[in-house]
Amino acid sequence: MIALSDYLILAAILFGISIAGIFLNRKNVIILLMAIELMLLAVNLNFIAFSRYLGDTAGQVFVFFILTVAAAEAAIGLAILVVLFRNKRTINVDDLNQMKG
Amino acid sequence: MHFDLNQLSLALPEILLLSMACVVLIADLFVTERSRGATYILAQITLVAVFLMVLATAIDKPQLAFSHTFIRDGLGDLLKLFVLGIGFMVFLYSKDYLKSRDVCFGEFHVLALFGILGMMILISANNLLTIYLGLELLSLCLYAMVALQRDSILASESAIKYFILGAIASGMLLYGMSMIYGMTGSLDLTVINQNVVQHKTDMVLIFGLVFVMVGVAFKLGAVPFHMWVPDVYQGSPTAVTLFLGTAPKIAAFAMLMRLLVYGLMGLYAEWRDILIVLAVASMAIGNIVAISQTNIKRMLAYSTISHVGFLILGVLSGTAAGFASAMFYTLTYAVMALGAFGMIILLSRFGYEAEHIDSFKGLNQRSSWFAFVMLVLMFSLAGVPPFIGFWAKLNVLMALVSVNLTWLAIVAVVFSIIGAFYYLRIIKLMYFDTAQDSQSLECHTGMRVAMSLNGLAILLLGFKPDLLLALCLQVVPG
Repeated sequence: MIALSDYLILAAILFGISIAGIFLNRKNVIILLMAIELMLLAVNLNFIAFSRYLGDTAGQVFVFFILTVAAAEAAIGLAILVVLFRNKRTINVDDLNQMKG
Repeated sequence: MHFDLNQLSLALPEILLLSMACVVLIADLFVTERSRGATYILAQITLVAVFLMVLATAIDKPQLAFSHTFIRDGLGDLLKLFVLGIGFMVFLYSKDYLKSRDVCFGEFHVLALFGILGMMILISANNLLTIYLGLELLSLCLYAMVALQRDSILASESAIKYFILGAIASGMLLYGMSMIYGMTGSLDLTVINQNVVQHKTDMVLIFGLVFVMVGVAFKLGAVPFHMWVPDVYQGSPTAVTLFLGTAPKIAAFAMLMRLLVYGLMGLYAEWRDILIVLAVASMAIGNIVAISQTNIKRMLAYSTISHVGFLILGVLSGTAAGFASAMFYTLTYAVMALGAFGMIILLSRFGYEAEHIDSFKGLNQRSSWFAFVMLVLMFSLAGVPPFIGFWAKLNVLMALVSVNLTWLAIVAVVFSIIGAFYYLRIIKLMYFDTAQDSQSLECHTGMRVAMSLNGLAILLLGFKPDLLLALCLQVVPG
């Protein structure tokens, strides 16, 4: 039997990895998008663990919505990325520095 | 699970808006280049119809629908009316701007309509799931709108920044929601509010609260989660900035109220301290950094941050008077910001964007009426009596003093005085400097009338602030 806390710790570790991925990555915007997906998956794990533990299905329904919205979000994110690449010819995070102050 | 058709009537405005937005989307495909105005007219009719629908179906007592995921109450109705009215004005102001520049005309209106739908859902949310869905519908539309000017480097760069930071904020919000769900055993805000008291000392619940507040602070643009605000305001086409800087602020306020006041009032002592930090930091950074800006959109972005600090002050007082003052502040701020960004559109023309503060130089010689309207807007934003901005600030300060947070009121006043500098600088440029550019303002009559009405509304509301305040007091939870 795996305890609830084990799931929560795993989700917290995944969440931490995704945050680290966002802040340490200085190279590529696509890696940022991957880190964001990982973050949402960590949340999903949390919801499912709680839902199972509480015996309440609402949390699992929430997960379906998160998965759907994450797909839409990724579509828009990649579209913006294509626009950015067409204009700047780079998707390097450090080159996103046109605006300052 | 019980469902009857009467519940649908509570959500009629949203249903109408959704169907009409789909109609506009399809109609735009068949509209030829020459008759592009048809999309605009259809979108405006939609907003007017939904506005009337909200008025017609308004009810006195809060009512729940769809398994308690949707709430219809006075607070929601008043906020929705303002969102729709502001949407109408945004379309009016941005019509010529979009037409003369190569910004996708039909897409702008469709995305804005869906964004308004997202805001209305967010305003009416009574469940963590509805809050998330409304918020995402709004945010996804805004990301796309910022990137509408496809050949602009600034626009695409600000869009990707907005997208990434927005997605991180959504992730944080969801992570917090999952913890709150786990501890209270429900997604329903009413149930959460009942259960939250017995888990008060639970560490996981406090973590959940903190993560949720990070998400909300990001959407509001409060320091230290404000990094996106100046870049997005500056980078997006002014018509999009106009939309982004006005109506979504009302929705963000609704989200703050629904989550913290309707859902987590049991943790008031905990979230109050977090809000104090956010409010003081926002007022400090917003007002001080705005002084050094030379781009007017960037300056107004920092001004937004400082105003968000003020509206947070109203919420954190935790009393009905405080919530009403925060609501009053949000609504009046949205109207003032509408005027200020509208003025930038008014001064711009094809091939020339009035983005530098020097474009306001000598406006009095070019058009003394619009210089006066801008004067009213700037005085009101700075909080000079008798304009509406002053009463908004005064109400928030009175709410703070009444709960013995006088020190916070003093801090707020000090930062407002610092903030007055950059508003007054615009007035100095308009009245005491000579114009660099002598061309007369080119814009259609509708825009001139709307702009004048916007300025007059701020002037007249300043003489009768009690009307709106009484409405706000009537609808906020006690």
